[in-house]
Amino acid sequence: MLNREDFEILNTGIIYFDNAATTQKPRSVVNKIVDYYTKYTANAHRGDYDISLKVDEEYESTRDKVKNFINAEDRSEIIFTKGSTESFNMIVFGFMAHYLQKGDEVILSKGEHASNLLPWISLAKQIGFTIRYASLEEDNSLSMENLKEMINSNTKVISLAHITNSIGDVRPIKEIGELCKENNILFVVDVTQSIGHLRVDVIENNISFLGFSAHKMLGPTGVGVLYGKKELLEKLVPLEYGGGMNIAFSSSGEYELKELPFRLEAGTRNIAGVIGLGAAIDYLENIGLQNIHEYELELKKYLVEKMKTVPNIKIYNETSPSGVLLFNVGNYFSQDVAIYLNKFKICIRAGNHCAKMLQEVICSTNTCRVSLYFYNTKEEIDKLIEALKDQDKILETVV
Amino acid sequence: MDVKLKRDAILDNYQNPANRGLPDDKDYRQVNSRNESCVDNITVAAKIVDGKVEDVKFDGDACAICTSASSVMTKELKGKTKEEAEVIIDNFERMINELPYDEDVLGELNIYNEVYKQPSRKKCALLPMNSIKQIIESK
Ligand SMILES: Cc1ncc(COP(=O)(O)O)c(C=O)c1O
Repeated sequence: MLNREDFEILNTGIIYFDNAATTQKPRSVVNKIVDYYTKYTANAHRGDYDISLKVDEEYESTRDKVKNFINAEDRSEIIFTKGSTESFNMIVFGFMAHYLQKGDEVILSKGEHASNLLPWISLAKQIGFTIRYASLEEDNSLSMENLKEMINSNTKVISLAHITNSIGDVRPIKEIGELCKENNILFVVDVTQSIGHLRVDVIENNISFLGFSAHKMLGPTGVGVLYGKKELLEKLVPLEYGGGMNIAFSSSGEYELKELPFRLEAGTRNIAGVIGLGAAIDYLENIGLQNIHEYELELKKYLVEKMKTVPNIKIYNETSPSGVLLFNVGNYFSQDVAIYLNKFKICIRAGNHCAKMLQEVICSTNTCRVSLYFYNTKEEIDKLIEALKDQDKILETVV
Repeated sequence: MDVKLKRDAILDNYQNPANRGLPDDKDYRQVNSRNESCVDNITVAAKIVDGKVEDVKFDGDACAICTSASSVMTKELKGKTKEEAEVIIDNFERMINELPYDEDVLGELNIYNEVYKQPSRKKCALLPMNSIKQIIESK
């Protein structure tokens, strides 16, 4: 258990096992946001007065923190968005729409989140490029062998999650990044599930673009990051036009846009959110991602061991090296299990985890998902196990 | 009706649902419904002849409340006229949504009169009604 005292909600008896959906927020992040709203509310990049300058300072210092956090070369490679979903839509519709052509191939996998699938599927319909799905191994992890075989001279992009939200497998992004480099392929990485758990280095892994959301790494909702290598990001055509992103425009129809990163940040941004994200990064750096990862693996190991003592449990991803466990209890419908556990204030997720294509692979439409974070404990896991051992009572919650 | 009886009735309809299985028959119209939280997935099929619900069946992958409510719904609507069916559906929806309703028309569907206490279950109970309404309205 790490730093549990920083999370008030954990004192209320709530056992929060839905960290892949969103994480809890430490006091320091909340305080940072409250400070902005109570001590120096002003717009960014606009004013000549002290509190507005303070806003710029805080907002732009988050950009530096993100740059360092993912080891980007230049601060202008960091764009603040609403979250992963917007980041991926910008990559696909702002960049790929002008880059890909009929006949090109994009490699994805069936384990991806909707936000790294639907934009591609939609653009492929317009342009006519081909989407190919890298196959998965028996344990649902990505088959590197198959990935290598799929690459040919038409392959232009590989876009994959670093860690999937469905089964929590960790992709070997260094190796895939090298493959991309050798074959002149753009490498897009969805780090939404990894950014608060594992070190992500855009240079070491040869990453062309990445996206993540602050809310899955202790930060607030409504804010996220798009990273792109400078020479690529320069070619990303804005999807939004308005204030803050232009230098000049006139009735003759001429306009001139700002340099990066401002060109891709039209309108008033989620200032409080960005500032909160900065505090979340500070917090994570303080604990250390390595410590977080090691502790999560220890918890997962404990969880798997204990789950095996419960009758009728089917586990789908025992070996995935992250804090995600996917399971079903006998023939009980996953939602019935989740609602039953709620009686004990245990929060888990039931459903298909927004990775609807994975159903085609694991042959089960619905599963229960426990996703752990550093503030979870073995005692919490024991309570879950106790409740699951009493599984005859699951359906008593119908009335 | 006490809670235990209600629970037993719900679970009986969940574990041994009536009218489960979709017919391969062109005279039936089918409508699929899913609930927003991406979980329940139910298809209802009904045969409507001369303004009467001659037969209703369902199938799908859904939780205890949704599956059992589909089962009870098929039993209650079978043989009713469209107008009678609409009255039942309307009153059932009112009951789930905590509005005044007429329990006399609901028959076995009254076993769901405490679902409102679990807001996350409301959509599950209403899902089969969503399908059957579309079938009835379309003819
Ligand atoms: C792997 C992955 N990618 C993308 C997303 C989308 O994130 P958001 O909804 O914050 O835009 C999620 C969220 O569940 C995710 O788990």
